[in-house]
Amino acid sequence: MAAVTSVGETPLAVPARRQVGMQAGRRRRLNLFRYVVFTVFGLFFALPLLAMARFSLEGAKLGTWSLTAWRQIASYTSSEGIPPLISAVEITLELAVITSAVMLVLVVPTMIWIRLRVRWLARAMEFLCLLPLTIPPIVLVVGLGPIYDKIAHLSLSALMLFWVYVILALPYAYRALAAGLSAIDATTLSEAARSLGASWFSVIVRVIVPNMWDAVLNALILTWALVLGEFTVAFFLLYVNLQVELYSISRNTPDAGVIFSTSTASLLFAFVLLLILSYVGRRRRASRG
Amino acid sequence: MRSPYRFAFAGIAAAVLLATGCSSSSSSSSGGVNWATATSAAAGGGMNALISAAKKEGTLNVIALPPTWANYGTIISTFEKKYGITVNSALPDGSSQQEVDAIKSENGSPKAPDVVDVGLAVAVANTNLFAPYEVSTWSDIPTAQKDPSGLWYEDYGGYMAVGYSSKFGTITSLSQLLGPKFKNAVALNGNPTSANAALNGVMMASLAEGGSVSNIGPGVSFFAKLKAAGNFSPVEATGASIKAGTTPVVFDWDYLNLPSYVGVSNWKVFIPQNAVLGGFYAQAINKNAPHPAAARLWEEFLYSQAAAGGQNLWLEGGARPVEQAAMTSNGSINTAAASKLPAVTGTPVFLTEGQSTAAAQYLATNWAKAVS
Amino acid sequence: MAVAATTRAGARPSRAGHRPSVPPWVGTVPFFGYVAVFLLWPTGIVVYDAFKNPAGKFTLSGLTALGNAQVRGYFIGSFKLSLISSLIGAVLGAILAYAVASGNPDGVIRRLYLCVSGVLAQFGGVTLAFAFLVLIGPVGLLFHASWYFSFPWGITVIYAYFQIPLMVLVFLPAIDGLKVQWREASESLGSSAWQYWRYVGGPLLLPAFLGALLLLFANALSAYATIQAWEDAIPYTVPQQIWTSMSSEVGLANINYADALALGMVVLVAIVMTGYALLQRRAARWLR
Repeated sequence: MAAVTSVGETPLAVPARRQVGMQAGRRRRLNLFRYVVFTVFGLFFALPLLAMARFSLEGAKLGTWSLTAWRQIASYTSSEGIPPLISAVEITLELAVITSAVMLVLVVPTMIWIRLRVRWLARAMEFLCLLPLTIPPIVLVVGLGPIYDKIAHLSLSALMLFWVYVILALPYAYRALAAGLSAIDATTLSEAARSLGASWFSVIVRVIVPNMWDAVLNALILTWALVLGEFTVAFFLLYVNLQVELYSISRNTPDAGVIFSTSTASLLFAFVLLLILSYVGRRRRASRG
Repeated sequence: MRSPYRFAFAGIAAAVLLATGCSSSSSSSSGGVNWATATSAAAGGGMNALISAAKKEGTLNVIALPPTWANYGTIISTFEKKYGITVNSALPDGSSQQEVDAIKSENGSPKAPDVVDVGLAVAVANTNLFAPYEVSTWSDIPTAQKDPSGLWYEDYGGYMAVGYSSKFGTITSLSQLLGPKFKNAVALNGNPTSANAALNGVMMASLAEGGSVSNIGPGVSFFAKLKAAGNFSPVEATGASIKAGTTPVVFDWDYLNLPSYVGVSNWKVFIPQNAVLGGFYAQAINKNAPHPAAARLWEEFLYSQAAAGGQNLWLEGGARPVEQAAMTSNGSINTAAASKLPAVTGTPVFLTEGQSTAAAQYLATNWAKAVS
Repeated sequence: MAVAATTRAGARPSRAGHRPSVPPWVGTVPFFGYVAVFLLWPTGIVVYDAFKNPAGKFTLSGLTALGNAQVRGYFIGSFKLSLISSLIGAVLGAILAYAVASGNPDGVIRRLYLCVSGVLAQFGGVTLAFAFLVLIGPVGLLFHASWYFSFPWGITVIYAYFQIPLMVLVFLPAIDGLKVQWREASESLGSSAWQYWRYVGGPLLLPAFLGALLLLFANALSAYATIQAWEDAIPYTVPQQIWTSMSSEVGLANINYADALALGMVVLVAIVMTGYALLQRRAARWLR
């Protein structure tokens, strides 16, 4: 039986000589399609970012250039003690790690378990994983008040935000994981593994998850991006995380460019982090064989 | 063989741990005076007792105080340096309603706000959340600007003005704003059905167009005319939008229309003749403040008439302090800062809470229609 | 075929040894317990408050307020904007996802687009709206789009900015699951590209597509920071109105009304989910 490969794994190595035939023709059309798509979308996404970056470098008079907005951020890294910006970055990174760990441990086994053994709960899980998105954060915060009051007694640290961040990340992570899970035949895989004597734990962790690793990675990316960019809930629960701190920095000065330098900086920061995170997936891929 | 059931048991254990919650917080009562019920510094044993009690508490929670608004940044840092008390400033862009909501939702939490600075309507509607207190300079606050039982007291204010980019020359009346060179230019500071500054902006337009404090209709028609001429910008005016040139004409309080606050240098301000609408904010102390002594010391600081006290610091921020009249007669006012305030022709009027709510209800039904 | 008989979900393979017969759903308790505490309880509080008036007494006025014409307008506006922006985001995002998936799986482009999508999917609010304002607003750097302040098209362009990346991230795993062999098989049977997509690829991807579409819909529904920064003079959508009534400084604040509106949103999503579930059942029918 030929090895089953997925769309992306068709080798791209094409000899220098121009290919003829159905496959080659299709490949050429596909490449053209890809170039057009990437250019058009690339422009659409790049332009507002460039506008933001340009505005962050705006001087006092329109049309001039100035680094003041960026220096304003830098000035928050050099006060005595631990500068508020650095500690906000630390806290947010820790939050991202904790949130994604809890989320994966909570959601992935449950999804697989439901898929394999408790099918009738699938719709319930799907609905619950969509619910956080239907309630605007400003209203959710009202409902979270009593719980976070109790939590504030246990710990005043902003790390306690992870309890609600897991909920906020649920819709996005669930959808990415569901797409990955539905693309593999989990039932057959699990039966095969069970008949070889694997425990359910092994089935989940050593058989199914590696097959949906890309989906797990996407879910991780979504969760990290959410935590790094989350502002509303932290703000209204009166905690300080990265976005809240950046916002305070921008409010601390009449220079309007600062809110853009802080946004651009936070986007760049998130992008670099996610890029590093995505390399975690690479090693796993190689071991798939 | 490990079973998946162990996850279930772990989960239940965690849930139980969580549900145990915690015992109700023990409110720290410093030995001696309970500052949470003191109605003045004298009642608690004098200013020195207040200062040492506040220093022992060591922290103050404030809310919705943007640093560039009426010089609050300097006020906070001056207070911190003078008394060595850390000020936690939460939600700098919050509205008055959010401040009282935070008092309610954070009740019992050490992060609850100790003091609030809110619009008059919100203060009057929420007196059940406040503790009565009279600052040392209580008699210098005009009677009409404080609650007789000391639950709230006005602090600073200004007059509604129109700020504009100097590229438009000089504007002296609102009707000029209907001209063609103001396409997409005129903006408010928020939505008038929820933001106090925006509501007063529409009310000021009403006064200039022949309306009165009990009739905001002409103001709404003015903005409808602006919209019809294509001159109304539905964007909230912020420093960024002004700098980018998107909202070169802004209706806002005069202390928020200062070139230093707005962040552009070529910015001018005018207040229409005989349409002088004043608005003051009010201070109040949270009844269940986590740091009652620090809260009261903060109020004493804000109402102190010293050269580096709250009243003069507000004046330096372009806002008119409530004790301005008394300070001018006893000479403690910062005359240089006072002379920088925009000139006004006409008697200032102030909206009562009832008029403000009536105007809001009119807007709730008619504003969206007028500017769509 | 013996394999097929035992793959029916829920069938308990016979095992030697004794095991207490704990039902399988117990394994889902950690998840549902967590969600109960941190999601259902707050939601319950919101729903409970929707039935009270500002004085704290039980009332149905919050619900009856949902019936008046102005409020209906908000819900219709929200629904229209969410539907349009999610459809546009889903279709364009699917195209982009396909372009990304059909490249080198370890390549730079895929990695780049994944991380950019991750960052942009959560980007929104004041800065995004302002960037577009500066680009195509009244004093636009590129040009002045006269439709910029129109509803829903002006704000849809801004929403597309985070809907498309979100679609890419949640739909990509599904496209990855399409086996090349299926394409080759269909082509060797003489189908064109269009026929492949119409009869093989499309139906295979449809369940995941619908799921992603639902996510984008809910995402657009609850977004408020972006639309509020886009323009705040006229409330078009429910979250804008919730914001107005929660943060009113002029005495019009009515948190119970805001809670009733939120309850309305949950009901709206529940209705949409029911329609979605029906569509899913049809779409997935032939797959099993």
